[in-house]
Amino acid sequence: MIKPLRWLKQGLAIWRKDLRIEFRTRYTYSALVMFAITTLVTVSFSIGGFVTDTDITAALLWIILFFSAMAGLARTFVAEEETGTATALKMAAQPEPVLLGKYLFNVTILLSLTVLVVPLFIMMLNLSIALPLAFVAAVVLGSLGLAGASTILAAIVAKAGAKSSLMTVLAFPVLLPLLFAAISATRAALGGGLAADVTADLLMLFFYNGVALAASLLLFEYVWNE
Amino acid sequence: MFWQIILGIWMVGVIIASFLYMPATQGLGETGRILIYHVPSAWIAVLAYLMAMVNSLGYLRQGDLRWDRQAQVNAELGTIFCILATVTGAIWSRGAWGQYWNWDPRQTSITVLLMIYAAYFVLRSAIPDADRRARLAAVYAILAFLTVPFLVFIVPRVYVSLHPDLINLENRSFDMDRKMLVVFLSSLLGFTGLYAWMYKVQMRLENLLYAIDMKRGE
Repeated sequence: MIKPLRWLKQGLAIWRKDLRIEFRTRYTYSALVMFAITTLVTVSFSIGGFVTDTDITAALLWIILFFSAMAGLARTFVAEEETGTATALKMAAQPEPVLLGKYLFNVTILLSLTVLVVPLFIMMLNLSIALPLAFVAAVVLGSLGLAGASTILAAIVAKAGAKSSLMTVLAFPVLLPLLFAAISATRAALGGGLAADVTADLLMLFFYNGVALAASLLLFEYVWNE
Repeated sequence: MFWQIILGIWMVGVIIASFLYMPATQGLGETGRILIYHVPSAWIAVLAYLMAMVNSLGYLRQGDLRWDRQAQVNAELGTIFCILATVTGAIWSRGAWGQYWNWDPRQTSITVLLMIYAAYFVLRSAIPDADRRARLAAVYAILAFLTVPFLVFIVPRVYVSLHPDLINLENRSFDMDRKMLVVFLSSLLGFTGLYAWMYKVQMRLENLLYAIDMKRGE
């Protein structure tokens, strides 16, 4: 049975629970931020503050965001398996609300990371943004997509014995269409390429988000229940 | 044994015809002959990957490990033909565009396709338990397959590709002369037969390996 409202209510409860646990240790968030800052500093230090090539800056931004996401987003499910709370969660809620809750949590983490890292990135590389609205849309939609597709992959990785490098290996091919579109949209928003292309890329990001979330909701049951 | 011999003779015929009977293609010149091998390889890769996804869905619905073995064999065969399509494409690209690799949208999408299934095999190798492996691999195969349309259909439409299209969308015709079409269709048939044969052999092997595992388990 599909009951979106009840799913959302239970999902929000799981989201609140995860946020509370996260605020106790702030482990996931600190790992993500440290990873992002380290790469950002390395990039800025090595290429200097005056890069005019939008091809490079757009790609660098998404490389930083992608690998930061990979460093932290697998935690959501791995932690449940490690502490042995996965069974309790299975009894407490249907699979779909669990996925929704974890998805919302990952979105929260990733968006709060971008809010911190993207302005820093703009400042350290002295970027001027030609289309600010399109830039924000690309970053937000891209981050949503990163979180959306990696949530179910995190569940797969957790069930596969939490092998540390598995997350990146699994996520990269699945996320590549998203990254291509996000990089292309970011590049156009930074002033390189054609401004008219932005709409096509943003639409692609939007549909990718929809497909990723719908597929995750349908398939999650098979990963979660044994 | 009988139809394997027929298949062998058929493929030899196709190879000879592709060089001697078929005329050089218009526009592409002599390099166009590789189309007889490149397009059927790509077709089999898509067919095998599609079958792998259908098998994965079948496994999730019924939970029979036979479906999982079929999905694995199809993913393996798909990867072999995908590599063949990539290599023949790169050779053709050298002849027609001047370099083996230039990140044309088609080359980009086929690379991602190969990476998806490489990750699929990594995932399979990471899980020792057969049932769990089957379920997680099936979910990943379906998830990954859903992103393929973004690459195969959307990326080449949004970003300009130099890749020639066989089917002319503007006047809804097939850009081939009659002799070439005959060789091309025979090759397509031959490749499909080859795929069916490889699938049968590989399935027999996987079923035997599974039977041995079951015996050891007792």
